[in-house]
Amino acid sequence: MPVRREDGNFSYRLISFSAKKIEMEKTIKKSSLKVSENGLEKKTSSKRLEVLKTYKIYIGGQFPRTESGRYYQPENAAGKKLANVCLSSRKDFRDAVLKARAAVGDWSSRAAFNRSQILYRMAEMLEGRKAQFIEELILQDGTKAKAEKEVNLAIDRLIYYAGWCDKFQQLFSAVNPVATSHFNFSVPEPTGVVSIIAPQVDSLLGLVSVIAPVIAGGNTCIVLASETKPLCGVTFAEVLNSSDLPGGVVNILTGKPAELTSWFVDHMDVNATIYCEKDSETKKIIREKSATNLKRITFYDKINWTTEEGQSPYFIMDTQEIKTTWHPVENIASAGGGY
Amino acid sequence: MAVKTKKAVPIGRQAATKKSNTIKLKFDTSWTYAPAPESKSAATINKQYDLFINGEWQKPLSKKYFDTINPANEEKLSEVADANAADVDKAVKAARNAYEKTWKKMPAKERAKYIFRIARIMQEKARELAIIESLDGGKPIKESRDFDVPTAANHFFYYAGWADKLEYAFPNRTTEPLGVAAQIIPWNFPLLMAAWKIAPAIATGNTVVLKSAETTPLTALKLAEIIQEADLPPGVVNIITGAGATGAAMVNHPDVNKIAFTGSTDVGKIIQRSIAGTDKKATLELGGKAANIIFEDAAIDQAVEGVINGIFFNQGHVCCAGSRLYVQESVAKEVIRKLKDRLESLIVGDPMDKNTDIGAINSKSQLDIINKYIGIGKKEGAEMYQSSCRLPGKGFFCRPTLFTNVAQSNRIAQEEIFGPVLAILTFRTEDEVIEKANNSPYGLSAGVWTDKGSKIFNMTKRMKAGVVWANTFNKFDPTSPFGGYKESGFGREGGLHGLLPYLNLKS
Repeated sequence: MPVRREDGNFSYRLISFSAKKIEMEKTIKKSSLKVSENGLEKKTSSKRLEVLKTYKIYIGGQFPRTESGRYYQPENAAGKKLANVCLSSRKDFRDAVLKARAAVGDWSSRAAFNRSQILYRMAEMLEGRKAQFIEELILQDGTKAKAEKEVNLAIDRLIYYAGWCDKFQQLFSAVNPVATSHFNFSVPEPTGVVSIIAPQVDSLLGLVSVIAPVIAGGNTCIVLASETKPLCGVTFAEVLNSSDLPGGVVNILTGKPAELTSWFVDHMDVNATIYCEKDSETKKIIREKSATNLKRITFYDKINWTTEEGQSPYFIMDTQEIKTTWHPVENIASAGGGY
Repeated sequence: MAVKTKKAVPIGRQAATKKSNTIKLKFDTSWTYAPAPESKSAATINKQYDLFINGEWQKPLSKKYFDTINPANEEKLSEVADANAADVDKAVKAARNAYEKTWKKMPAKERAKYIFRIARIMQEKARELAIIESLDGGKPIKESRDFDVPTAANHFFYYAGWADKLEYAFPNRTTEPLGVAAQIIPWNFPLLMAAWKIAPAIATGNTVVLKSAETTPLTALKLAEIIQEADLPPGVVNIITGAGATGAAMVNHPDVNKIAFTGSTDVGKIIQRSIAGTDKKATLELGGKAANIIFEDAAIDQAVEGVINGIFFNQGHVCCAGSRLYVQESVAKEVIRKLKDRLESLIVGDPMDKNTDIGAINSKSQLDIINKYIGIGKKEGAEMYQSSCRLPGKGFFCRPTLFTNVAQSNRIAQEEIFGPVLAILTFRTEDEVIEKANNSPYGLSAGVWTDKGSKIFNMTKRMKAGVVWANTFNKFDPTSPFGGYKESGFGREGGLHGLLPYLNLKS
């Protein structure tokens, strides 16, 4: 079947999309399984056959495969293939922007307290699935101790931002003492739809650390998970999906930044872009392309997400606009009133 | 004895029950204002200005000068230097040197006192500054006298006080200045924009190179004289003159840490592209197409006055001008009639006359742009109404203009005209007008007129704009942050929030 490629030409899909073809470390560990050439697994002992997980992308609260039908097979350091991971396309991104845009009205106008509750719920659900994340992090080259630490930090970070949802506004607002007879105040407001290229390392903690402040502030986002360590990104989407977070508020794609970054920053209905890597050529492209509709650009290229510097309300402010409102005050005092 | 009187009919109701749209106040009577010109003699304008670099007046390396004229009579006022890339380099070096050797190290409270001093001298020279502003830019003297100049001085006062209090502004963070700021300002509020740029930059410990607009360089040069008089250390503020090429040299100079630009969205995008790949920070204050919304429950007379101020203030050369009027259908006839009446009573003419409401269009090229859009509006099928006022024979003038029957898709409702041209559209429901008002790539400002408090807050919350005026319009204050959403740019100027664009935060 012909498939439209990213460059616009057509190619034939040569490899069928099936997670089951992949030898995963877990499944071959006990060596009780044999994988035959046609991909069907034969049971050679009484041991139960493990069910492999299909890692799909997360758009609008649903888990589709990429529309492109493409996939890639990231490997860990030992050369084990992690999974068949969706190689998301520009079209996937555009679909996600539609969903994110549709979700922003509801999400931004919810009570800050409600957003806080939902972020807390996300932390609860992550806590409940700790073991799975630790397993995935270990598979993605982490040690047990490091993996545990990363998951714990990720949970704590969600709680940290759950607490900020209804507080940062008070910290960064102002009532401005204008000289004329007006009441004048400035408050932060979410900028809208944010596209995020998440950190490559710290594939869970980094992801959570960039998503949380964006949605705590009432924005919606489309996130590209770590290319080389994508498992936690997809599993985190499952956490989101069971956390009362409305569909479309967070959309998570997997794939290659080299393919997708320019689309992430090119789209006219995206208000801001966050990039978390150091690559100077990519940074240049991002800033150039951001000019098309003057996106707000933030680079988190020097942040160590595992330390205190990885969390602060100033991250929330990076995707906020300041709105100033004026209203006249009837000036009776100057006419001799008052007491 | 009881006197039989006629039952008084409230004026508002009288107007509302009139079916026709033809009632007009009569202005073609013998009512005229005697001329009340401000004297030019209270201002000194040199024949020629050099570049203000490193605390002294330096001849341009380009060896070139260009004329600046009075747009109200097309007479030459002076000639100013045309800085080239070498001049820009010289100015940036002076700023860098002042930053490293003096300004960065100076105790903040001393920095503050210099800025207070500048503000004070501006107040002392307010009359002279106002006269030059009106001569060079064409704006009515009552505006430069009562708005531009005092607000500019107040801006320096406001930010002077911040210099030694920055640790209170950003909780749990320490601040450090960025370094050298390149600042490029427009021609619509020449002195005020210079103040908006320079005051927060130097208060936070940066040094600056500022370029004034090509058509309105004189008050910025006067400000340079004031800065010299205030004994500001040489190089902390450098003021140069030139056109687009000078600005490009500033933006592209490798030793600049910050670009602050106010101007068109097109140029803002060019700047954003050209600083890609650098670590330069940017603040962009760009175009706008503000929606000014009148609900049927508004105080109509006040709203009409606000709409007039919103679009005709400074000849409409205002990035946040209320250039799209949305009127609720039920009051549209009344509002349009009153607007037309008010249009007739606006005094258009000599900017130096204290009675003048609308002065000269800033330049020939801007007048051409405005006339082009008036042509487009007519061609698109909108109905034009212009004041019947007489325009002066010389100079660049434009009649206050409004268009009715405008469609949302019309170019005069979508694009920034930057002149005294109002596009009037109607709506029925709150949701409809929110959608229409936000349907713009711009998001600088918006206005709402209604007497219902809960409606005000719903509207001000849902408008995608950086500044929202409710039951007022075009108000500015040094303490009040100003800046846009979307393609109107990013960063804020004014208030506490105006500090951040000139600082790095450290934990």
